[in-house]
Formats: sequence, structure tokens, C-alpha cells
Amino acid sequence: MLTESLLLSAFLFTIGVAGVLLRRNAIIIFMCIEIMLNAVNLAFIALSRYVGIEGQIFVFFVMVVAAAEAAVGLAIIIAIFRHYESVDIQNFNLLRW
Amino acid sequence: METFLFTLFGGLALASAFVVVTARNPVASALFLLVTLAALAALFVLLDAQFIAVLQVIVYIGAILVLFLFVIMLLNLGYAYRPDVRPLPWRLVAGGVGLALVIQLAIAVQPARSLREAAGTTGPEALVALQQAKGVVGAVAEPLFSDYLVPFELTSILLLVGIVGALLLAKRRLD
Amino acid sequence: MVALPEPAAAGAGWEPFLPGWIVLLPLLGFLVNGAAALLAPGRKAIPTWVGPGVIGLSFLIVLANLVSILGAGAAEPVVRSYWTWIAAGDFEVAAALQIDRLSIVMALVVTGVSFLIHVYSVGYMGADPGYARYFAYLNLFVFFMLVLVLAANFPVLFVGWEGVGLCSYLLIGFWFQEPAKAAAGLKAFIVNRIGDFGFLVGLFMLFAYTGSLNFQQVFAAAPQAFTYGSAAITITTLFLFLGCVGKSAQIPLYVWLPDAMHGPTPVSALIHAATMVTAGVYLVARASVLFALAPFTSGLVAGVGALTALFAASIALQQFDIKRVIAYSTISQLGYMFAGVGVGAYAAGIFHLFTHAFFKALLFLAAGAVIHGLHHAWARVGKHPTEDEVQDLRNMGGLRDALPWTSWTAWAGALALAGIFPFAGFFSKDEIIWSVGARGLTILWAVLLLTAALTAFYVARWAAMTFSGETRVPGDVRRHVHEAPTVMMVPLILLAAGSLVAGWLNVAPGLPFLPGVSRFHDFLAPVFEQAEAIWLAHAGEFEHVAPVGGDEGLWAIVTLALAGGVLYAVFLRVSARRLLPAARAPEPSGFARLLYRKWYVDELYDRFIVRPVLRASDVFWRVVDQGLIDGVFVNGSGAASRAAGWALSRLQTGDVSTYVVAVLVGVLILLAAALGG
Repeated sequence: MLTESLLLSAFLFTIGVAGVLLRRNAIIIFMCIEIMLNAVNLAFIALSRYVGIEGQIFVFFVMVVAAAEAAVGLAIIIAIFRHYESVDIQNFNLLRW
Repeated sequence: METFLFTLFGGLALASAFVVVTARNPVASALFLLVTLAALAALFVLLDAQFIAVLQVIVYIGAILVLFLFVIMLLNLGYAYRPDVRPLPWRLVAGGVGLALVIQLAIAVQPARSLREAAGTTGPEALVALQQAKGVVGAVAEPLFSDYLVPFELTSILLLVGIVGALLLAKRRLD
Repeated sequence: MVALPEPAAAGAGWEPFLPGWIVLLPLLGFLVNGAAALLAPGRKAIPTWVGPGVIGLSFLIVLANLVSILGAGAAEPVVRSYWTWIAAGDFEVAAALQIDRLSIVMALVVTGVSFLIHVYSVGYMGADPGYARYFAYLNLFVFFMLVLVLAANFPVLFVGWEGVGLCSYLLIGFWFQEPAKAAAGLKAFIVNRIGDFGFLVGLFMLFAYTGSLNFQQVFAAAPQAFTYGSAAITITTLFLFLGCVGKSAQIPLYVWLPDAMHGPTPVSALIHAATMVTAGVYLVARASVLFALAPFTSGLVAGVGALTALFAASIALQQFDIKRVIAYSTISQLGYMFAGVGVGAYAAGIFHLFTHAFFKALLFLAAGAVIHGLHHAWARVGKHPTEDEVQDLRNMGGLRDALPWTSWTAWAGALALAGIFPFAGFFSKDEIIWSVGARGLTILWAVLLLTAALTAFYVARWAAMTFSGETRVPGDVRRHVHEAPTVMMVPLILLAAGSLVAGWLNVAPGLPFLPGVSRFHDFLAPVFEQAEAIWLAHAGEFEHVAPVGGDEGLWAIVTLALAGGVLYAVFLRVSARRLLPAARAPEPSGFARLLYRKWYVDELYDRFIVRPVLRASDVFWRVVDQGLIDGVFVNGSGAASRAAGWALSRLQTGDVSTYVVAVLVGVLILLAAALGG
């Protein structure tokens, strides 16, 4: 089941990437990032059966980081929404010259 | 049976992830993300990671996803949304990049086959034995509180920083 | 106090006495006076005592060394090496001093004359607001001059060489508020630079051929490294001589020296008469071995010297500035010295340098005393004529009664300069003229004889116009002209005494009625032994006959009679003539005008060198510097960077998704690389 799990992980990850590229809604982009994280988690879990328990421990840490990131990221989205009345990522173009 | 369940939940995860990306309504995306996460939790059980599966349900579905839904509702994004999928050039770019990524990852999976073959003797049986000896939670907890104690404690600081940061960013300006 | 390390001497036997302190004391004086100039420019006590004091102490140390050399009969140079200054591969230069008979003679002249001039300056510069600064510069100058004469290798000598050039610039432009004086300082500096370039090239060539720049190694290796009269040694010495021409104001680089008279008068006495300008003569004497190996260069040295002597003397005939006449006379006398060292009569050249230091410093200081007296007299009646008016000989006359001491000492200097027996100039100048004649150089010999007559002419004219005849100073001013203070008169008297007796150190044996004395020659003989051996081998002994017959004694009498006759005739004529004050005097006409205008050399240089250089500089400034370097290179590269930056900044759309695509493409490339590897 390892190969299958890894392939599944790859497909999920790619879907997440495609979502990030296709959508403009910041919250949905965020969700796609969560998909990508979960895809990676799946790969870790699958490999932990063969390599050792550390894979599961790593997933534990990933979850903690994801939780903190979701809290902060969503707070940022709220702050931005207050400013622009929108969560469209095309409005956020301050990262330029 | 395992293959069946794997195929079922794997297909479910893929399909609902696809809907997450394509759904026009953010609430729908969030709910389909729930399905994806739940299906992955089931896969985790199949892959002998019962403790992580429980965490997945509690932390991801119970906390993070609820937070998403909460924000969507707070911002009134549940209706009167604008379609936000990008136009054709972006779809082509996304398709191209995605295809290339899948191909490359699929190639990258190849070495994993030989890894499994090489690790055949210490395959899933070793992990199962460990879990039977120490319990499903104990197998994860023991290294977490010994070898990985410092990173574990650091996560608490990370969470604290996350709380403070989120509060600071999200609160209304009082001035 | 800094304790100088005194490493073991290179040679056994005689030990120099505190050689480092000779150089160090003036430097300390410079530091103290410099600090005083910066911190308390109004306080005069420190410069008054420290300025002359350090030089006096230096002089005493030199004197002690001289006495001990005489006592021990030490002939070999002693090198004191203090630290390694430059070390690069085989090339090693130490900060080293060389004490030998030549350098001790030079140091004696430098410190002795400098000391008297420092003392004189206490009176002369007493009222100047830049008093402390003046003494700081003066001490620094003496320091560099001592470095120059005591150096044990060419690079250290070059340090002194450049240093005196710098101090010369600082002191000529001492009153830098006046543009003409600042310009004169600049002129001296720039003209000296031309010579310094030659000097440097000469050093490079020396190192290339002999592999060393230490005097002893170079001179020991020179006869093997260079064949007699070869192109290599000729070109090397020509470059060295170019340096001497610049520093010692010979044709064609003499133009800076007359302008250098814009500095304070004691500075003119110190730098432009007694010490710095003799550096070129000293260098030729020091490198006598090299010049002896290059007969062509030596001939050129003698030729340039004789020509300069005549040329400068002719200009001096028609100058009216009290200092300018002496300035041209300095150039002329330096020409004599070069003529001497150019024919291999090194000791004679140095001897003339030695006696000249006395009477030329004396003449300048006497001129200074006259200017000082007139300046104060004018100030007393509330008038402030320009410097040129005060210093114009046509505005003087009859000052003998008001300035008796100045007058007598000035006449002593004048007679010495004219080469009148028994003053110092007679002995030293006669020896040079005779040496040139004895080499069979008839034309140069005749030129020098003629110049001796001209010298008598202009110096008699100078002294007579100043001190004799009817006074042309207005009556009310005339009453206020008084003798300079004692602190200025004592140096004058001492120098006058020196001008009288210095010549007796060396009385040529060929002179009739006199006992032959050759103390000076004998003293310097070991220094020039090697060079004189080369001359002897290739050019033969000095013939003891003049080129047109007659022996040395006869021609000495002829020269003396000629100079004396001219001197007396001019004195009578100038004293008796009624001269017009400068304001009413017409410009000289005919040939005299040509001389008055200094052969139009400054105008020629201006027309053919200065202006083209300025024009070229203008082109370089506007086209090359502003256009090419600033425009194309500096601003161009800046503009190119900006343009490139602007173009690249277009990639920064600010759209996060675009960045994500870029990141992903990067990931794909890395992944491909990882998989491929």
C-alpha cells in the first residue's frame, strides 16, 4: 500500500497546487494549502510504517504548525478584509517595486 | 478488504479535494475539505496511525476547519460571492505545472518501491509490534517526551505566539 | 622623550655621536612648534626658544661628530640602520643614516647656517601672526634637509628631497593670503616635480642595474654593473641630473627660484641660498662614482652649470628688486658648483657650496635687514607702500649712514660673492674656474671667467644702489630708518666673519704668495677617492695650466684683477650717478631691457608650456573627465544599472500567484535536478 499511498499523496498535493494557482479567494487558497499539508502528512504516515514511528511524530508537529498558521493566517485575512472589503488575492499587490 | 477501503477513502479524498478547488461557494469548499480530511483520517487508520487519525479529526476537523467556517461566516462570504476561478491562461499554467508536478512526483515514488523491498523485514509488522507493546498512544508519546522533548515544548511557544499574533491582527483598532 | 635604538654600527672603529638626534631634534621642534601654532598661536615664547634651540643642539651634535672624526681620522662611512622601511622580495630599504665626511660637512652647513637664520628670524618675524607656524615649517625643513644629507640610501634621500620641496612650497607661500605668493609656492612645487620625476626614474634604473639602492652597495657595484661611458649609465645619470636641475634651479628649470623670493626673507636665505638648492650639487657629489662613469653626463653637468652661471648673472645685471638680484646670483653660483662637480672637481664644488652658504645667507639676511628697516620706517610715517616698492633698489640709496652694520656686513658678503681676495668666494670660485680650465674646456672656462666679471658687476651695483650714493628714500621716511635689533645683527656679523675666513680652509697650492692649505680637500678626499680614480684612469690628471697658457696663479691674479676692477668701476659709477626713483624711472631700453625682462623666459614658458598645458587640461577636464569619465563611465554605469533595475522590477508584479508560479517552476527545476542526479 506504500506506493499507492505515495501516489495518492502526489495527486492530492498537485490538486492543492492547482487550487492555489486557480483561485483568487484567499480563504480557498488557504484551504488548498491545507490540502497540500495533508498530502504531505499522508506521505509521512505511509512511510512511517517502514521507516519508524518518527514519521508520525513529524505529522504531529506539522499539525501544530498548521494550527498556528491557520490562526494567524485567518487573522491576516480578517485584517485585510477590513481594509479592502474583499479577500480577492489580486488586491494584495504590495509585494512589488 | 483493505484494498477496497483504501480505494474507497482515497477516491473520496481525491474527489472531494477536487471539489474544494472547483466549488464556487467557499462554504461548499470548506465542507468538502471536511470530507477530504475525514477520508484521510480513515486512511491513517488503515496505515496503522490510529493516534494521528484521532488528532486529525480533533485538530484539523474540530479546530482548524471550524475556524475556516467561522471566518467565512464572519466575513459574510457564504453568499453573494463572485466567481473567482481565474481565466484560461491561468488554467493552462496551472494545468501545465500540475501535470509536470504529478509526473515528477510519480517518478519520485519509484525509489519508494525499492525502499519497501529493502525494508521488507522491518515492514509494517515492526510498527504494529511496537504499538501492541506500548499502546497506540504510547508509541508516539514515548519519543515525543524523551528524544523530541525540546521541539515539543517549543511548539507550545509557537502556539502562544500564534495566539498573540492572531489577536493582534484580528482585533479592531481602538484608536 | 623617545629613546632612539642605537644598533651596532656597520663598521668597526669610529663611533658617531648620537647621529639619530641630529635628525630627530628638528623633528621634535617641528612637533612642538606645530602644536603651539595650532593651540596657542599668540604665545611666542615657545617658538622663540624651541625653534632655534633644537637646531642649535643639532649643530652642536654635528660639531661634536666633526671633531671626533678629525680626532679619529675616520675615513669610512658609518651606517646606522634603525628599522626596515620597505621589504619586498630582494628589495630591502632600511631607514638608515650614513655618517661620513661628506654628510657631516653638509650637516654642518645646514645646521650652522640654519641656526643663525633661525635666530635672525626671531627678530625678523617677531611681529608676524604666523610666528609659531613659521618656526614649525622652518624646523620641518631642517629636518628634511638633514634626512637628505644624512641618508644612507637613495629612497631615504628621496624622502628628504621631497620633504624640502614640500617645505619650500609651504614657506614660499607662507603669506598665502596674497595670490602672487601662493602662486609662487605652487610654481616652485610644480617645477620641482618635473625634476623629481627624473630623479625617480634614475632610482629605478639604478636598482635595475645594481640591485640595490644603498649608497655603499650601489657605489661598490657600479664599476662592475656599468661599463665606462655606456648608454645605461649615461641615461641613468641623466635622469638623476634632471632631478638636480629641478632642485638646484639650473637651466631650464631655474624659473621657480626667483619667484621663491616671495617668501619671508630668512626663508630665501635658508632654502633658496644656503641649503635646499644645494641638494642637487650634493647629489652629484654623493653619486660621484656614477657621474664619473658617465663622461657625457658629466660634460653636460659642467656645460649646463657654466651656461646657467652666465645666463643668470646676465639677468641679475638689470634687476631692481633687492632680493631678486641675489636670487639670480644664487642660480649663477649654483651653476659654478655644477661646473665644478661636472669636471670631476667634487671637493671644489662642495667647497664652493660651503663658502657660498656663508656669503649668500649673509647677503639675503642683509637684504632682509634693509627691508626690515625700510618697512618699519614707512610704517612709522603712516604709509604702506607695496612690497615691490619697498624692495626696489631704485627707491633706496645712501642707506650706509642709517644702517652702518648692515652695510659693512653686506659689503663683506658682496666682496665674497665677487671673489675678492681674501674673502671666501675668491678661493672656492677660483678653484672651480681653474679646474674647468685644467680639463681643457676652453669655452666653459672663458664663460666662467666672464661670469666672474659679471658677478662683480651686479653685486657692486646692488650694494652701491642700496648703501651708497644719494638717497632716494623720502626725507621723512629716511629719518626713521634704523638698524635691525641685535638678534638680527649677530647672525649677520657671524656670517660676515664666516665669509671672511671660510675660504682659508683650502688655499689652492697654485696660488702665488700664499701658503698652500688643503684641509677641506684632504678631509673630503676619502669620499671622492673612488670617483677620482675613475677620472684619473679615463680623463687623466688635471693639467696645471689654463687652456690658453699661463698657470693657475697667473689666471687667479687675472680673475681677481678683472673682478676687482669691474667691482670698483661699477661702484664708483653707480654711487656717483643720480638715479631716479622707481616710479619715475623709465624701463631699461635695448639689450638692458632684454635682461630686465629676464630674456623673456617666463613669457616663453608661459606661451609654449604653461598655456598649452592649461589648454590641454581644459580639454581633459571637460571632454575626458566630465564627458568620458563622469558622463560615460560613472553616470553611464549608474544609468545602466537604473535601467536594468527598472526593467527587472517589471517582473515584480506584486501578484502573489505569479510568485507562486515562479516558486513552483523553481521547485520543478530542483526536483528534476534531484531526480536526474
